[in-house]
Amino acid sequence: MSAGGIIPRKTFQDAAHETLSNAQMRRNLQHATTTIRDKRLRAVSELPDWEELRTQGAAVKDHALAHLGDYLLDLEAAVQRAGGQVHWARDAAEAREIIGSIAEGHGVREVIKVKSITTDEIELNGGLSERGIHAIETDLAELIVQLAEDRPSHILVPAIHRNRAEIRDLFRRKLGADLLTDEPKQLADAARLYLREKFLSTKVAVSGANFAIAESGTVCVVESEGNGRMCVTMPEVLISVMGIEKVLPTWQDVAVFLQLLPRSSTAERMNPYNSFWSGVREGDGPQEFHLVLLDNGRTDVLADEVGRQTLRCIRCSACLNVCPVYERAGGHAYGSVYPGPIGAILTPQLLHLEDKNANTLPWASSLCGACYDACPVKINIPEVLLYLRGKITEEKPLNAEAIAFRTAAWVMSEPHRFEGAIKLARTGQGPLVKQGAIHTLPGMLGGWTDTRDLPPLAAQSFREWWRKRPAPPTRETDGDAQLSEGELLGPQRTDDRGPV
Amino acid sequence: MNGGAKLDILTRINRTHARQQEPFARVPVRPSARPHAEVVEQFAEFAAEYRANVVRVDAGRLPEAIRAALLVHGNERAVVPHDLPEEWLPAGLAVTRDITGVTDLTPFQAVITGAAVAIAESGTVVLDHGPGQGRRALTLVPDHHLCVVREMQVVDSLPEAVARLRESVLAGQPLTWISGPSATSDIELSRVEGVHGPRVLDILLVQEDTHATS
Repeated sequence: MSAGGIIPRKTFQDAAHETLSNAQMRRNLQHATTTIRDKRLRAVSELPDWEELRTQGAAVKDHALAHLGDYLLDLEAAVQRAGGQVHWARDAAEAREIIGSIAEGHGVREVIKVKSITTDEIELNGGLSERGIHAIETDLAELIVQLAEDRPSHILVPAIHRNRAEIRDLFRRKLGADLLTDEPKQLADAARLYLREKFLSTKVAVSGANFAIAESGTVCVVESEGNGRMCVTMPEVLISVMGIEKVLPTWQDVAVFLQLLPRSSTAERMNPYNSFWSGVREGDGPQEFHLVLLDNGRTDVLADEVGRQTLRCIRCSACLNVCPVYERAGGHAYGSVYPGPIGAILTPQLLHLEDKNANTLPWASSLCGACYDACPVKINIPEVLLYLRGKITEEKPLNAEAIAFRTAAWVMSEPHRFEGAIKLARTGQGPLVKQGAIHTLPGMLGGWTDTRDLPPLAAQSFREWWRKRPAPPTRETDGDAQLSEGELLGPQRTDDRGPV
Repeated sequence: MNGGAKLDILTRINRTHARQQEPFARVPVRPSARPHAEVVEQFAEFAAEYRANVVRVDAGRLPEAIRAALLVHGNERAVVPHDLPEEWLPAGLAVTRDITGVTDLTPFQAVITGAAVAIAESGTVVLDHGPGQGRRALTLVPDHHLCVVREMQVVDSLPEAVARLRESVLAGQPLTWISGPSATSDIELSRVEGVHGPRVLDILLVQEDTHATS
């Protein structure tokens, strides 16, 4: 097993074709993104220093990344002082191995999990199940996705693509819940009943981390349901896995991000629960704590001067909710646990620009720039997209597309070549024109007509018409030929309303 | 164990030459310039918007308010931290004090605790699990959380709150930030209270001696 959680199985274009035809998903997504988008603007406008906060957020992250090694060592020392253990994982396989063997060491068959994209990135659930350990998702949406044997489609609302009727059917089938209606309240109650027992009886929990503070060794999980609090409090053993970029230098820095994160993501002043803990505390919570620091391609992203800013990301999903491409194509089209604009730049970079499918992601954008405006840590996503497109294209061998474009450039650089080509095409298009339009082009040109019709070439080009047109009637003028205004601008207005 | 990975990752970081960076200055914490009464007012309003039940009460009438809040939900079996001030509790109320760490919290319907800080900007109460706040599980398992907040504990902004909590964090205390009852919007974005945490949050905002305000 590899780092499959981020490797797309298809190109974005192919995957988007499939999701675009799912009308239900598009409706759900459109409703969700527009709702969050509108709410977010209100939440953000409450803070008068929002722009200053974004600048601070970016500056703190850049500083932390510039001294990443130092802060990671500080974090490790602080966690150890507080009675926790720290593990380093070069890649997904190593992280799975660490977490799997800790769980196995405690002889458990089940672990409970807080929603964590990082554990999805390393495909932890699959890794654990190879050892006969079942990982139970405890976030309501993640539970829905897990029971449906589906994949999350949004960072924040993973089951955003499913409606209440679908969820009711799922709970009836998988939880044996006796559900009369599809009221969200009833659905939530069914999940509460099922999970409460797990929270109180499971020995080992796995979580992600939103932030970790180097000076105090404090780890933070931000959530709204209380399943996060349950997982970090009730079990005997807690294992938290975090990307190395999540480290913040000081406790004070938390203030900046707790203002930026909830307002950007759920459009709330604050999410219902934040849990902070430092190592273990006698008589309160898990008495064994492990922190796993994951690289998995992040140091490569850090090494790239333009791409580096991607690591500022705090996974708020604001960029998804404003993206016209995401809104239509949906999260699954990105083929990775990181969807949307941030996924379009993060996924290919984490895979070192070596994955053919992931390398199509930087084209999954209209470059409208809405993601940059929404980003609370000012990641210039369009800049990185263009930069990655450049890098990916440069490294490509001369392919059919490149040859075609070079030929086109040569043809178009001389008028006579262009005219010749047009004449040739006009003769050639005959069999392709049906009902006044071209619906399918042959060969590699077919990509163009996959999604649109093409008007046929006109029977006569402008240049041909110009050459053949009858000479314009000469007008009697005195001396220098002077055109009246009317002749330059076309028909004059005949009404007489005077100057406006 | 696994020292190789640590060395590898740190070496990779060093090779990135990301270190050359301009120094940066943190924005200092700006203390609130508003009258404290206004700050408290806003906290009450914002916490209520989160569907917390905010009750403003004179210090002397706190036990009465606690009794009333418990009665609304018919909750009688309450658990409290071992060091919750005795004078907060209504006479005749049978509470269980969490002295040795009760092993099973599920029989308790309600929990009464204090708080460390409350934040007006977001309507949040913060527990640092210091005196009167108990261990974390106490405020998590029972379905009804009554949280006593003194007005002097309310600060205006998040940076002020974070500054006040610094000592607790550096002392290794865990923190629980609470903004309203447990909630989810996972099903078609309709808000549902109480998936896993307490479904009812009562904030008893205690008015203190007025000339103590600065």
